[in-house]
Amino acid sequence: MNGVHDMGGMDGFGKVEPEPNEPMFHAAWEARVMAMVRAMGAAGAFNIDTSRYYRETLPPHVYLASSYYRKWLLGLEDLLVGKGFIAKEEVDTGHVVQPPKPLKHGKFELDDVERVMVRGKFGRTAPVPAKFKPGDKVRAKNIHPLTHTRLPRYVRGHVGMVERDHGCHVFPDSAATEAGENPQWLYTVVFDGTELWGPDSDPTVKISIDAFEPYLEPA
Amino acid sequence: MSDHDHHHDHDHSELSETELRVRALETILTEKGYVEPAALDAIIQAYETRIGPHNGARVVAKAWTDPAFKKALLEDGSKAVGTLGHVSRVGDHLVVVENTAARHNMVVCTLCSCYPWEMLGLPPVWYKAAPYRSRAVKDPRGVLADFGVTLPKEIEIRVWDSTAETRFLVLPMRPEGTEGWSEAQLADLVTRDSMIGTGFPKRPGAPS
Repeated sequence: MNGVHDMGGMDGFGKVEPEPNEPMFHAAWEARVMAMVRAMGAAGAFNIDTSRYYRETLPPHVYLASSYYRKWLLGLEDLLVGKGFIAKEEVDTGHVVQPPKPLKHGKFELDDVERVMVRGKFGRTAPVPAKFKPGDKVRAKNIHPLTHTRLPRYVRGHVGMVERDHGCHVFPDSAATEAGENPQWLYTVVFDGTELWGPDSDPTVKISIDAFEPYLEPA
Repeated sequence: MSDHDHHHDHDHSELSETELRVRALETILTEKGYVEPAALDAIIQAYETRIGPHNGARVVAKAWTDPAFKKALLEDGSKAVGTLGHVSRVGDHLVVVENTAARHNMVVCTLCSCYPWEMLGLPPVWYKAAPYRSRAVKDPRGVLADFGVTLPKEIEIRVWDSTAETRFLVLPMRPEGTEGWSEAQLADLVTRDSMIGTGFPKRPGAPS
């Protein structure tokens, strides 16, 4: 979806402001939110792509005005309501009003903590041979899916070169809507800065994205 | 003074609304039997104690002192880091990119906040915020200036947008004047930002 989360190339957000000696969390509740998201994900309530999709579908003014973990909180509430794990009324009142829905991997307990410290595996066996190889010229398709995609707007329609082949991975565009993993080949595609930002832009800049094969066409 | 107090109270009441909401959600998830609160405590403790830029610094220092490791690291980051055994398990798709005199690498996630947690810990706020995500791909030199970093005009800047489950770690250039230093000494020079590409390692003798 063409949401405000797709920020590459936008102007007007001001300077980057690094915070010296920044703490890992700025308030205790941020840590609770992070832990709840990790725990419910590990318990099988949702996959990582679905959780990203729910954050992206927050109303634009809410997305832009909310801190990072506030977005995580709002996205988690919406997701758990959307998937029927909790009711809107429960979020509003803090009281349980309907019975629980079974979780794919059961209740998240102490013994499960090590599982969230290990990153998920996203590589999959290739169902078909790769269409592209390093050195190939490709164009990022001019597509505008209404649901989750990992093809940023700023490269669409532009020509780049395949630089690396990462093998086949879970396709986020499918996984986000729970339409299955639908594994696709994944490539690093590099673009000249001037291809993306015009002839007056800095000629020393190159930008790459990691692009799934359905995002690309030969050029 | 009264203005300050007012501002402070205002901030506090906003925070409380969020805090109440977080508490309500945790209560519901607990009462419905989805999560054990002690397990949430344990997740937080694990993140606070086990991950952080020291993990990445060790990898960088090793690469600076061991050419065979560096070669392996640039070929397959996950596999090479796995041989060090200091991270419980690095993700399968770690890509390490090397800074040279001709090329400077910088990492961003324009769409969300993808970041090599096992190597660098949880990302800082600026990495997840709009100014960095919007400008890093369009005006990387301007972004670097926000960090007080200036690069030679002719050097190539390569920005890696983390749009998939691949994760990127920058291998910065080894500072001059560190000949004969041990891995542990070198690791102390490696900053988080130098592994994102928005900074350099500390120089020998510079205040830490």
